[in-house]
Amino acid sequence: MLTLLESTVAVPTLTWVWFLLVAVLWLGYFFLEGFDYGVAMLIPVLGKNEKDKRVIVNTIGPVWDGNEVWLLTAGGAMFAAFPGWYASLFSGLYVPLLLVLVGLILRGVAFEYRSKHPDTAYRTMLDWFATIGSFLPSLVFGVGFANFIIGLANDGLHFNGSFFGLFGPFALLGGVMLVVLFLVHGAAFIALKTKGHIHDNAESLGAKGAWLAAALVALFVICQNIFWPAKSEFGDFTVFAWIAGIVSILAILGAAIALNKGRDGWGFLGTGVSIVALFAGVFLKMYGNLGFAQDESIAVTERLNMISAASSPTTLTIMTWAAVIFVPIVIAYQSWSYWVFHKRISTKNIPDEVETAY
Amino acid sequence: MDSVTLARWQFGITTVYHFLFVPITIAMSMLVAVLQTMWVKTGKDAYLRLTKFFGKLFLINFALGVVTGIVQEFQFGMNWSEYSRFVGDVFGAPLALEALLAFFLESTFIGLWIFGWDKLPKKIHLLTIYAAAFGTMLSAIFILAANSWMQNPVGTTFNEATGRAEIAGVEGFLEVLANPILWVTFPHVIASAYMVAGGLIAAVAGWHLGKIRKDGEATPGDEKTYRFAVKFGAWVMLAASVATVISGDQQSRAMTEVQPMKMAAAEGLFNTTENAPFSILTIGNREGTEQVFAIEIPGLLSFMSGHETVKGINDLREEFKEDGFRRFDGSQTQLQQEFADQLAANYPDLDPMPNIPIAYWTFRLMMGFGFVGIGLSILTLWLVRKDKLPKPGLPWTVAMFAMPLLPLFGISFGWIFTEMGRQPWVVAGVLPTASGVSPTVSAGTVLFSLITFTLIYGGLAVLEVWLFLKYAKKGLPEVAPVEVQTDPDAPLTFAY
Ligand code: HDD
Ligand code: HEM
Ligand code: HEM
Repeated sequence: MLTLLESTVAVPTLTWVWFLLVAVLWLGYFFLEGFDYGVAMLIPVLGKNEKDKRVIVNTIGPVWDGNEVWLLTAGGAMFAAFPGWYASLFSGLYVPLLLVLVGLILRGVAFEYRSKHPDTAYRTMLDWFATIGSFLPSLVFGVGFANFIIGLANDGLHFNGSFFGLFGPFALLGGVMLVVLFLVHGAAFIALKTKGHIHDNAESLGAKGAWLAAALVALFVICQNIFWPAKSEFGDFTVFAWIAGIVSILAILGAAIALNKGRDGWGFLGTGVSIVALFAGVFLKMYGNLGFAQDESIAVTERLNMISAASSPTTLTIMTWAAVIFVPIVIAYQSWSYWVFHKRISTKNIPDEVETAY
Repeated sequence: MDSVTLARWQFGITTVYHFLFVPITIAMSMLVAVLQTMWVKTGKDAYLRLTKFFGKLFLINFALGVVTGIVQEFQFGMNWSEYSRFVGDVFGAPLALEALLAFFLESTFIGLWIFGWDKLPKKIHLLTIYAAAFGTMLSAIFILAANSWMQNPVGTTFNEATGRAEIAGVEGFLEVLANPILWVTFPHVIASAYMVAGGLIAAVAGWHLGKIRKDGEATPGDEKTYRFAVKFGAWVMLAASVATVISGDQQSRAMTEVQPMKMAAAEGLFNTTENAPFSILTIGNREGTEQVFAIEIPGLLSFMSGHETVKGINDLREEFKEDGFRRFDGSQTQLQQEFADQLAANYPDLDPMPNIPIAYWTFRLMMGFGFVGIGLSILTLWLVRKDKLPKPGLPWTVAMFAMPLLPLFGISFGWIFTEMGRQPWVVAGVLPTASGVSPTVSAGTVLFSLITFTLIYGGLAVLEVWLFLKYAKKGLPEVAPVEVQTDPDAPLTFAY
């Protein structure tokens, strides 16, 4: 904590609390939707026939929508707590966000509608919607957050970089890394939730993929911390960012070992911790600057950052109360829903008839 | 077209589209919960069949509500960045609360309901659909709180240092929640949602009754079950219609208080009039300053607005030029007052009137479609009275399509009226719509996204209508006994 105090900018308590909360919501989103995306991207890989595919989709059937709400809440929290951030970021990265939205529309429809008609071509089409619709946000968020590490170009109010400038080598690395990481996270989840041949295939795929993911994560973490250390006038977090990054690498290595030994539970925990730690490191870097480049020759209140983008203390106070009361409640009932559907499933659990009586 | 116009089109299209599914979700979730309660209470298969049948139709609709809602959440930042920056302090809070309190509840418990038939004890399972239904109501409250604030920006001050609107303390936040506009809007929106869902249940069941008259029952007991559903739906629709009309009347009054321009435009009333009539048809002159022809009901407009004397368009324009934006009684909200100087300096020639023909016609279409819907529900109740069966054929099919669709279109027109009637403001009396748009997003980009959404939404509409009709035609499903499954290898009762 000592390092926090070295900050040369006075940050009001509620402001950093809300930065933390926004970060928590994003971490929750990446942890939960991370495996949803992975699972859906694996449909064409692990699903050899219709029943296999249905087993795969049904591992996330009851929970994917609830997981997605973490993203909506993260967006809503940015709007309420940092209107300047929400406004500049979402208008600045218009086209990437459009891609995310298109992806989310396609995959949502795919899950809900695939069971409604028996035709194979129809179902194949919807499965591709799910796969592409999950690939797009994974890629875009990977590229996006890498750019937040670099710092988005801005004039103090708006993003003023070019669209193609968003695709530098580090950004592309971020995109590829996140897709692979989510694939492995999804494979671990499938392994954890299924029995029989799908379980076996997911486990071995996850075990192999985890090595690749570990290499990519390591490369990403090292580049991040060497070229863009988490140090600014808002505080020096270099040590913490390194620790977070190393935890992320170790966790994904642990996942690789666990999945190799057939320990799905530990494997899934490993991929999950890896994702959470990775983004914790990213948010440490974004602390204060919110992912926008800072020109330190200008007064801090005149730039686009945590100070200038924040809401009034009243709004932050009200929102804090709401969050303190309701976030635990949400976590409680979401956990309950995971518990209700905790049993592993296999092809035996899939009814033969496609149009189930529902 | 410039980016403002395109962004407006995009907002209008995506929001109206989202709101085709939302009313059905809000009301159907509750009506399905009621049907399921009847089953839990009586144990009769008929109610279980109805629950599953309408439950499925509800879910087909729900899917599109969800995916189109996501677009809404992000659109403010994408297309309306300056609006978001200006109002985020006040407007962002209800949106975030909606996600935190309502969306989590809805989405988690819908998942539990869909997949939980064989996992949860009957009563707990029943509670999950109530939780989801309750979530949809919460959702409506928060989003309407945000919208009502745009219609009547209470509880807010202007911070000159930051150039943004801010909540005026905790009391200000309570004022935003206690906004009188919110509490007339909420009943009206909910009641109109029940019109649609009631009409939908009655229409699907009614169509099947016609079919039974022609082809006989597919399964014994079908006729009785459909007959129950028709009556259930039609009565819900009738009751909801009455509530809609009563709450609509309240809304007219509340709206006249805070946006007298909207009422004048809705009526095409050019000159301030005592004991003002309500016209069924008005034609104005080209310049939009005078009426040339009208068919009128004496005194009705004065009654609806709650004022003996209703201010006319021409006088309101004058008043705005001299005094700035004023509510009916001449007052302003704190924000309107504090922002007035900025506004006058930056927008010297703003015309405070919305597009008059649009306001006029959407208002009438909303009411008209509503009244025809009411008529259809009465007609349906009459045609299925005692043990009568309606005559199948084109007229009956058309009537059954119209029963839910007319109120649904009524709702769309109601919203177009509300939102376009607020123009030129995005926040009434404070922020002109044109100043809310994202300055860094080019018209070409907005056009691209507009086309993308329109194409995707068009495709989705085809898919959804096709599935909906397919399952509606298929009729009541067979049901197996419902029990908690303990065998780990047993087939799931529901799988994607
Ligand atoms: C089936 C639907 C339906 C029906 C039959 C009616 N309405 Fe309505 N009306 C709506 C559906 C609706 C709506 C779509 O739900 C709106 C849009 C925004 C809102 O709050 O509700 C609406 C808005 C709305 C507004 C605008 C409020 C504002 O801008 O602040 C007024 C004044 C009325 N209504 C009045 C009426 C009256 C006097 C009606 C009957 C005689 C009536 N409505 C029937
Ligand atoms: C669901 C029902 C709604 C419908 C059908 C609807 C419809 C519309 C339409 C047609 C416009 C375009 C008006 C014009 O530009 O002339 C508009 C504008 C707008 N609405 Fe709504 N609206 C709805 C609810 C809301 C809610 C709940 C909010 C806020 C939370 C909202 C915020 C806005 C904003 C910010 C605009 C600005 C763009 C503009 O004025 O064009 N709307 N809406
Ligand atoms: C223009 C502002 C609006 C925004 C930002 C918005 C946002 C959203 C979002 C993000 C979802 C998806 C939730 C999920 O994933 O579970 C959604 C669904 C929903 N919205 Fe909207 N919405 C708007 C307008 C409205 C209005 C005016 C109402 C009610 C009066 C409403 C009621 C609902 C309901 C009940 C659902 C859940 C059921 C369904 O998806 O059909 N929305 N909305």
